[in-house]
Amino acid sequence: MKKMFDKNNTKKATRDSFVTYGIVILVFIIVQVMVGTGSMSSLMQGLLVPLCIYSIAAIGLNLCVGYLGELSLGHAGFMCVGAFSSAFFTKYMVDTGMNENLRFVLAIIIGTLTAALFGFLIGIPVLRLQGDYLAIVTLAFGEIIKNVMNVLYVGKDSKGLHFSVSDASALKMEEEGKMIINGPKGITGTPHQASFVIGIILILISLIIVYNLVNSRTGRAVMAIRDNRIAAESVGIPVTKFKLMAFTISAAVAGTAGVLYAHNLSTLTALPANFGYNMSIMLLVFVVLGGMGSFRGSMIAAVLLTMLPEVLRGLSDYRMLIYAIVLIAMMLFNWAPKSIEWRQRHSLKGLFSKKTKGVQ
Amino acid sequence: MKRAVSVLLVAALAVSSLAACGSKSASKKEDDKFYIGGIGPTTGGAAIYGTAVKNAAKIAVDEINEDGGIDGHKIEYKFEDDQSDAEKSVNAYNTLKDWGMQVLLGTVTSTPCVAVADKTAQDNMFQVTPSASTTDVLANGNVFQICFTDPNQGTASAQYIAENKLASKVAVIYNSSDVYSSGISDKFIEEAKNEKLDVVATEAFTEDSKTDFSTQLKKAQDSGAELVFLPIYYTEASIILKQADTMGFAPKFFGCDGLDGILSVENFDTSLAEGVMLLTPFAADADDEATQNFVKKYKDEFGEVPNQFAADAYDGIYAIKAALEKAEATPDMSVSDLCDTLKEAMSGVTIQGLTGGDEGLNWEPTGEVNKQPKAVIIKDGTYTAM
Repeated sequence: MKKMFDKNNTKKATRDSFVTYGIVILVFIIVQVMVGTGSMSSLMQGLLVPLCIYSIAAIGLNLCVGYLGELSLGHAGFMCVGAFSSAFFTKYMVDTGMNENLRFVLAIIIGTLTAALFGFLIGIPVLRLQGDYLAIVTLAFGEIIKNVMNVLYVGKDSKGLHFSVSDASALKMEEEGKMIINGPKGITGTPHQASFVIGIILILISLIIVYNLVNSRTGRAVMAIRDNRIAAESVGIPVTKFKLMAFTISAAVAGTAGVLYAHNLSTLTALPANFGYNMSIMLLVFVVLGGMGSFRGSMIAAVLLTMLPEVLRGLSDYRMLIYAIVLIAMMLFNWAPKSIEWRQRHSLKGLFSKKTKGVQ
Repeated sequence: MKRAVSVLLVAALAVSSLAACGSKSASKKEDDKFYIGGIGPTTGGAAIYGTAVKNAAKIAVDEINEDGGIDGHKIEYKFEDDQSDAEKSVNAYNTLKDWGMQVLLGTVTSTPCVAVADKTAQDNMFQVTPSASTTDVLANGNVFQICFTDPNQGTASAQYIAENKLASKVAVIYNSSDVYSSGISDKFIEEAKNEKLDVVATEAFTEDSKTDFSTQLKKAQDSGAELVFLPIYYTEASIILKQADTMGFAPKFFGCDGLDGILSVENFDTSLAEGVMLLTPFAADADDEATQNFVKKYKDEFGEVPNQFAADAYDGIYAIKAALEKAEATPDMSVSDLCDTLKEAMSGVTIQGLTGGDEGLNWEPTGEVNKQPKAVIIKDGTYTAM
């Protein structure tokens, strides 16, 4: 009985994950063809990397919200950690003559690991809390990270690194010393290395990791904890260990998104608009709209909602209003019970399933 | 699986919208026009600046077009919103590129400008920023500023206060999470030492705590400051003025160009701003003909007194015009060729401009502007030259 259940389930899950990989690769090919034939506007080309960034961040948050069942409002904070640590590394190494690609790969690894480390450290105390409490604490964490980045001054000269939290002159650097993190000015002049190809590769890697995680023994344990903590504990699942593991991986994926962010723009500042709670909530909107537990859905939601305000530019200031209305309409269409019922009655799938009934 | 199909449909929709956007890029460009784009915040916290730049540039463009254009070529002008966000700004830049932009007037605020300057350097597009004052935007050589750089503003403010003996004990309240504000205050404090000004209090606030300044004001008051230096934007300054008034703390207030706009803040009692001094290159009540003309046109068209950002943008368009004329550029040149010739022409250009003072505006090859700072004081609800 158990075996059969597992087999069917695994099959379905595998198919599901491969459909997602397929969609990502298909989109990649379509985009490459369009760019190659010159039929894609500069605006869309410029949006490609941000779309990857937000998709990855949404995948990371979906692991936390959809599978771990914990509401995190601090994922922008993890993005921030990933962005700053990797940009710091890149800036530090920039004139050592290191191979650019190698440097960028190392930057990705460093950003991801640093975010994972922070996720782990934050997770130890925070995951003892549940529900709303956890949400508030992660919210606070995100804000702390942002504010710390705003007062941090780091410079580099021949003697090595100098740190300060007051101002640039307190670093006491030599004349030719170079600022790396300049307080509120953040990091400027990070080389532009994020590209659509790398974004897609990172999306695929994140997807492979999260799909394999949730379809593994560990993933089932995580979901068991989500569904009934007491029951999970009673069958001997080490609750803290699995929660911490899922949360850390979720933070690491968000950190990867941050690395891409840092290497996409030449200026990196920790502002409320990019790493504040607004962004955390935006990520949560992607996840909720796309469907908790559906990585594919959250990616599509991230793509649509990031593109929408840019595509609506022609409407000038009305685009903000339209954006909000479209968001409400999409939420209702996706998740209102009546709308789900309507969709089931009218879906293409309904037509197919009638024909294939005999086979099933 | 049920959902998968609907999700696929949505994906198809997304792809088709991608395609739809792609096809738009075939722009219906006219050959005989210069395409000048503008970027700045017309929504969000810094909207007054972006709107001023947008409107003033439009006035300048209309004037030039009425006069027959630049060497007979008319200008086409379009402005995009960036909400003062670096990422949105790059999107706005790409939108304008699709539209056919050849020269960029923007961006208005500093941080987005650094990001956009990086993109214009890649595309080799000529860029004139009316008001992004950080020195970081000058890194690539294709960006020219109409406003003073942040360090210059800080130094000039300290010198002005010392020379005119406005005060000897000075307190500084600045936004430590803002590039513009911390840039000015760092230099101000440095220069204050040279000028023998006594900086008795340096109080910071951040983007998250910009609604209550009673602690900072209390400290400034306790330190016996005669003058409070506010290198910040007008929104916060209006709150500071209100709270200082409630506390009964009445020092002199001195600010930089960020304070310009304080009289247009909604629900702000402008009598509180009486006597506030600011260092800005433009005063709307100056009696030269150019300024009066501009102010009148701006008032007629948009119903407001233009601020210094508007004047900078107006000068920006004329600076581009002067450079285009000097370089004898034509609209059929490629963006990159235009940039190369304009870069060379720009350092030889001098325009009088609204913000030029007696000597006019001219540029270093690096992109930094040379012009005289002016101080204005708010008197009877308007900016008056000191």
